[in-house]
Amino acid sequence: MAGSLLSSEKYREKLESVSSDILRNVRINRGFILWMGFLSVVLAACLFAYSIQLRKGLGVTGLRDITSWGVYIANFVFFVATSLVGMLISSVLGLSGAKWVKPIARIAEIIAVAFAAIAGLVIVSDMGRPDRLPYVFLFGRVQSPILWDVTVVTTYFFVSLLLWFLPLIPDLAISKTRLPGRPKFLIAAYDLLSVKWVHHEKQYQLLHQAMRVLLILIIPLAFAIHTVTSWLFAVTPRAGWDSSIFGPYFISGAFVSGTAAVIIAMYFFRVNYKLQKYLTEDHFEKIARVLVLVSIIYIYFNLNEFLVPGYKLKSLDAIHLKELFSGHYAPLFWGVQLFGLIIPTFLLLVKRMRRPLPLVVISVFVLAASWLKRYIIVVPPQAHPNLPVQNFPVEWVVYKPTLIEIAVSVASIILVLMIITVLSKLFPVIPIQEIAEDEAGGIKEPLDNV
Amino acid sequence: MSEEKKKVSKDPSLDEILESSRRDFLKKLGIVGAASVTGAAAIYSGYVHEKSKSSGEMVKVLTEDNRLVEIPKEQIKDYKPDLKTLQLRGRDGIKGKKWVMVLDLSRCRNARKCVTACQSAHQLRPYEYHINTLVMQESVNTPAYYMPKTCQHCDNPPCVSVCPVDATFKRQDGIVLIDNERCIGCRFCMSACPYSARMFHWQEPLVTEGDKEKEYNIELNVPQKKGTISKCLFSADRLREDTLPYCVSACPNGVFYFGDENENAVTNGTTKETVLLSELLEKNGAYRLLAELGTKPRVYYLPPKNRLFEFKEGEKTEYKEIT
Repeated sequence: MAGSLLSSEKYREKLESVSSDILRNVRINRGFILWMGFLSVVLAACLFAYSIQLRKGLGVTGLRDITSWGVYIANFVFFVATSLVGMLISSVLGLSGAKWVKPIARIAEIIAVAFAAIAGLVIVSDMGRPDRLPYVFLFGRVQSPILWDVTVVTTYFFVSLLLWFLPLIPDLAISKTRLPGRPKFLIAAYDLLSVKWVHHEKQYQLLHQAMRVLLILIIPLAFAIHTVTSWLFAVTPRAGWDSSIFGPYFISGAFVSGTAAVIIAMYFFRVNYKLQKYLTEDHFEKIARVLVLVSIIYIYFNLNEFLVPGYKLKSLDAIHLKELFSGHYAPLFWGVQLFGLIIPTFLLLVKRMRRPLPLVVISVFVLAASWLKRYIIVVPPQAHPNLPVQNFPVEWVVYKPTLIEIAVSVASIILVLMIITVLSKLFPVIPIQEIAEDEAGGIKEPLDNV
Repeated sequence: MSEEKKKVSKDPSLDEILESSRRDFLKKLGIVGAASVTGAAAIYSGYVHEKSKSSGEMVKVLTEDNRLVEIPKEQIKDYKPDLKTLQLRGRDGIKGKKWVMVLDLSRCRNARKCVTACQSAHQLRPYEYHINTLVMQESVNTPAYYMPKTCQHCDNPPCVSVCPVDATFKRQDGIVLIDNERCIGCRFCMSACPYSARMFHWQEPLVTEGDKEKEYNIELNVPQKKGTISKCLFSADRLREDTLPYCVSACPNGVFYFGDENENAVTNGTTKETVLLSELLEKNGAYRLLAELGTKPRVYYLPPKNRLFEFKEGEKTEYKEIT
């Protein structure tokens, strides 16, 4: 670590300019209060819907014996998927030496932390007896993929939180003296969280070592969380779930939804926080290429997932695929595949489309389609079990999500937005120290010696 | 009073006769009343006396560990197992048994008596099933037939593998049960079951008044609980009493055989005829449902051949959700 650089005049200058640009947005202003207030009101309404479910049971949802997993589980899979982007940006791209990811790494980690934190709650909303949640720890059986899921999602959340927090420590130390007029509690929090950081060379050395370990550790962990989530389905002998490529199929899909989420966040911060200097057109160009790459991989897995059983047409697979290709779910299926995956990929091959505005519009489509894709993965395979469905009321046979189900799912999205808002409004959203160091120039990449 | 009576007998007008019989009646009633009070008092004092006796008549009783012991007769109390006992023995199962069910599809005429008997025993709504009779037809050229479908009580049960909290489990006698004191309602077992054998309590279950206070019996899964899974139990509570399952004994058409694989004997629920299991399976070309999945069901089916009746699709019942 170039100690001389940290004390150089140029670095000090850069630190001043970068910190003033970034810290300008760290404030509790009217916009923040109104936005949080709005989210809280919507959240309260949604929690009321959940209270009805708690009182009356899961019968208030559209779920019944035939389709017993629905919007909640689709939402859970989407949350776990989207949280994976933290690993993709910070670890895979960061460790491979892509220096451009530095300003967006923290945004990616915020998304990872927010989605991973709420994913667990989403699962609880699907439980028939949420009061028995402790039983999972008291009587847990290692044979059950649910146990693996609980373990890895929790671990992933904490490691992601560390990956967000550790590089923030120097920034907190830098910022705590540069936040005049902010509430006292915020300054006190900065002081406390900066853990007596004094910018000593040794401290930076340890920090970079710790980061390196975590960045490597989180790769298998991230693969584990989404592979295990896919196994919730793949371990069951149902047409549509009974697939040996479900692990990589889910992971590649996760990168698509996560990248789209990061692009939307980048665009928001660029425009609202006026960070055009830090989140440049070049950053959008590069992340658009990442989106193209992960989308092509995902298209490849889709091809495998649908073409191979579609060629053999085993009886139950045939029923399932017919429902998707030309039956009840066809509009949704083709809509998702075309507007959320294939057309975006082709559009992004055109350079003009990789500029911030068109890119963010495309990303909104991709993200929405990602959610619906999880619905297509979860719901239709349950409609046609091995044995015929007979002697049931009609509402037991055809799954239709209810308003309560949708409200409870909206609650989870509100919570994610709240976490993202707090983490990005009360703390610097771009790494100040690292950017200043980079701009001062010529220093060794902290990750180069991996 | 006797003078009055004599008087009446001397001059018997209709009114007097009536009056006399009324008095007579009252008199008799008085005697009976007095006698009954004395009698009750005597019985009560006798009861108190019996109760205070420290040593009285002795009876011989066989204990759980097969010891013959003698205890005073008055100390005998009706045994009512508590929840802990019910749970322990319910999870343990019945030693030395391997329960097995055989269904002869050539006899099923969709009477659905098995369904209703099961539903009334386990307090289920008309469309909540532990056992359901299905119309099956493999292709247009093959005959349609009725098939009662229970839990298959697999020896390699996918539902048990995926349960995160050991709420559903396999007992030593081959039965797969669900503990609704433990179930967290994740419904992973429903997803995993290839036979769609499980049901979930989406709403407050149907509980008859008297059963609300009853101790939960894991072998009957009553009282049922909202937010938990329920399923066919092979009537484990009946097996403990050495009787055939509810569905088996309710069938009017002799479809069901039930018994112990270890004894190689199964009994027909209708005719009560006991036959050799191995012979029944072999002679009739028995098969198991979705055997290719490797779940190893404990339920065998005999194909619907040589039927004595024509297949008639019954009238479709409209099921309406009851809230």
